[in-house]
Amino acid sequence: MTLNRPLPVTTGCRETPVLKQRGQREVFCGLTGIIWLHRKMQDAFFLVIGSRTCAHLLQSAAGVMIFAEPRFGTAILEETDLAGMKDAQDELDSVVAKLLSRRPDIKQLFLVGSCPSEVIKLDLSKAAERMTQTYAPHVRVLNFSGSGIETTFTQGEDACLASMVPVLPATESRELMLVGALPDVVEQQAVGLLEQMGIGPIRVLPAHRAADQFGVGANTVFALLQPFLGDTHAELERRGARHIPAPFPFGEEGTTAWLAAVASEFGVTQEVFDRVTAAPRDRARRAVAQASEGLRGKSVFFFPDSQLEIPLARFLTRECGMTAIEVGAPYIHHNIVGPDLDLLAEGPVLSEGQDVDLQLDRCRAARPDLTVCGLGLANPLEAEGLATKWAIELVFTPVHFYEQAGDLAGLFSRPLRRRGLLKLEAAE
Amino acid sequence: MKLTVWTYEGPPHVGAMRVATAMKGLHYVLHAPQGDTYADLLFTMIERRNHRPPVTYTTFQARDLGSDTAQLFQDACRDAYERFQPEAIIVGASCTAELIQDDPGGMAETMGLPVPVIALELPSYQRKENFGADETLFQIVRHLAKPVAKTDRITCNLIGPTALGFRHRDDIEELTGLLSDMGVDVNVCAPMGATPSDIARLGAAHFNVLMYPETGESACRWMERDLGIPFTKTVPIGVGATRDFIAEVAAITGLSPKIDEARLRLPWYSASVDSTYLTGKRVFLFGDGTHVKAAARIARDEMGFEVVGLGCYNREMARDIRATAKEFGLTALITEDYLEVEAAIEALAPEMILGTQMERHIGKRLGIPCAVISAPVHVQDFPARYSPQMGFEGANVIFDTWVHPLVMGLEEHLLHMFRDDFEFHDAAGASHHGGKAVAAPEAESEPVTAANSDATAPQTGEVIWLSDAERELKKIPFFVRGKARRNTETFAQQKGLQEISVDTLYEAKAHYAR
Repeated sequence: MTLNRPLPVTTGCRETPVLKQRGQREVFCGLTGIIWLHRKMQDAFFLVIGSRTCAHLLQSAAGVMIFAEPRFGTAILEETDLAGMKDAQDELDSVVAKLLSRRPDIKQLFLVGSCPSEVIKLDLSKAAERMTQTYAPHVRVLNFSGSGIETTFTQGEDACLASMVPVLPATESRELMLVGALPDVVEQQAVGLLEQMGIGPIRVLPAHRAADQFGVGANTVFALLQPFLGDTHAELERRGARHIPAPFPFGEEGTTAWLAAVASEFGVTQEVFDRVTAAPRDRARRAVAQASEGLRGKSVFFFPDSQLEIPLARFLTRECGMTAIEVGAPYIHHNIVGPDLDLLAEGPVLSEGQDVDLQLDRCRAARPDLTVCGLGLANPLEAEGLATKWAIELVFTPVHFYEQAGDLAGLFSRPLRRRGLLKLEAAE
Repeated sequence: MKLTVWTYEGPPHVGAMRVATAMKGLHYVLHAPQGDTYADLLFTMIERRNHRPPVTYTTFQARDLGSDTAQLFQDACRDAYERFQPEAIIVGASCTAELIQDDPGGMAETMGLPVPVIALELPSYQRKENFGADETLFQIVRHLAKPVAKTDRITCNLIGPTALGFRHRDDIEELTGLLSDMGVDVNVCAPMGATPSDIARLGAAHFNVLMYPETGESACRWMERDLGIPFTKTVPIGVGATRDFIAEVAAITGLSPKIDEARLRLPWYSASVDSTYLTGKRVFLFGDGTHVKAAARIARDEMGFEVVGLGCYNREMARDIRATAKEFGLTALITEDYLEVEAAIEALAPEMILGTQMERHIGKRLGIPCAVISAPVHVQDFPARYSPQMGFEGANVIFDTWVHPLVMGLEEHLLHMFRDDFEFHDAAGASHHGGKAVAAPEAESEPVTAANSDATAPQTGEVIWLSDAERELKKIPFFVRGKARRNTETFAQQKGLQEISVDTLYEAKAHYAR
């Protein structure tokens, strides 16, 4: 069966040469992902082994201080750890022992590597192995790196999820795995739609609790919920699972295409597919049409941030009537965002990585109607008269699937609407 | 290794950024991995700055390690000079770059840039943000300030205000006005607003005003020693401290200390009868040393509060704060551990907290009103309106800020009188705080089970509350209930009582009556 996939544009961006410049990058490191991951995995604790800078980043990056008993902390390296006066592994054991005795509710502990711990080559996998033996079966200890020398922003989630794959038990059963941490309400919508089509059993990585664990094997097929999960994708393939390539579920079109790819894999008929999706598709179309009114005919420029840039550019150009000038992403995994690139009409500059000063020069020259950028650049660009959308909100807000399609368009249209509302110019 | 949940201070290079961002015509080249660029948002978001901090990060990655990070630094330094054309450059390393030992200072000095290059040594694994700011300003001053002729008029420098400082923007304006009233002009304010060439003429001032010892003391001490410029020791926060400051300036300059106090409202507001209810309110103070020290004096001498605990998070001020605590008959809490502060507040059960944004959250959790008196800052600490802490207007602002979280004076009396009213009851909270009115809790809503029918678990110590006494305690309005509980327990312990009855409650009330 072939479901009604969206038609690729005559020439998409898959073959477009990518502009790569080397210079200052204005991006978060992978530790930032802990901000949402620790809320998603409710019995997990994230222990960063790093410096005061790491602790300060975690506290500042969310823009707010989340004081509700955080399930993350930083083991701050001190002079004595670096000078080799104390054995860092012993120190770490004692920090973890203290932590776990204070928090008996913790079932999964992630030891998270940082720039300093990577540079001094502190072996966290060894530590995780040792601690898993010590605390089994009560606590499972894993490790991944969120360091800024290896990861950019959302790659922290990728590294975290990738670390969980090798320890999943083996299974031969035919199962669908959805991969990526989405807000619960959105995750339930996705699972609900697929179940209505008769697809199952459906597993979600990461699971809420360690006890909800499931298996992986040659009969597992998986669909990514986020475009930044390259390493997790590779780890799953290593376990024999097969990827279902699809555009990402942003907007009505993206969601339909994503669902169709999964439905097609499970032999869902066109009739069933239409019955399940008709009503929410219609709602999403109407919501997007309304929320994107202010976006039609406007131009957009993406600074690299979360790797969501390419799917979002596809959404904004195809469903909201915008023109993309530049689509910058920290990394471009062609095998993952390929289906989105196919749908993105040729025209915009595709850039990977950045030299922020040169990119700012291009942005200023192009004077886009809307610039999507990180928090460090937003106010300075606003002060220069450019409307901006903070990229981080796209990661913290429910934006996937049909029911959020209108909200997603609204996130982009609000800054423009606000500019229209304010009457603050001084009299000449 | 030390487990940290929340931190009061960032790393020292963030302190250096606070100095660089406050200044003009200065650029900071920071050898750091890409994630460290998060620090830009502190300035652009929290402080709503309309330009990027003047910082170039080398943003090295794992693949650069061991190969060409040094080259990367030199390229970044040269590009930054060409693009931004600063009058001077400061260079340094963040925590990770410190480990790879590229020596940014040495490299930058050999590059032959046509402007002064100042190398910063900020040990990331020993020191913190305030040290970083203080040391950076000191190094800039030491490298650039030269002996110059004094100005004809009596002038001073304002030393210490930085980007991301607690009300530094408005303190500068208030002090400039106050000094002008005395006949003193400001020669240079640094680092806020100063260019490297302004730093070069610091020596023209007759004296320095050390606004914030946290960020300006080393520079002031150096200028005193090497340029012969005396500096003021009193930080003018509060009525008494402002008057002392004026006297200090008068002594240095020979000018008259008599200045018009017409703008000062705190003394009358505090003396007026509506403020009677502030008498003896038990307050806990925590923040940076300078603000806590000033707040302690205001709390006791100008508001009539009782200070039941105080402390600071910056160890550089520990000696000062210990001395202040001693004067108040207390032991200072010197810690950077947020959980320790929370435990101290919980144990003391104050009626109000004067703290940082962290303590505001502690207060929220424990149901204790809190006013913010010190950094670390939050977007709320950069109000659009003029709201200094220093000088006369600062005292007025402090009076309003500290009173606001409390239930208003007359309202407090009315709550006593009408506390059984179904709408106007203490659980509804202060009427000027928004939030929705809640129904009065049922009088006997807590079921009395067999296990606790005679006694309830004691809050502290070994004393047990009998259920009658516990019920009587609940009749006392919430904003004094904590104090009543504590006083009664202390009283019972002093009397060697094991149980608290209704009589004990009132005995204690009589004992503590003032």
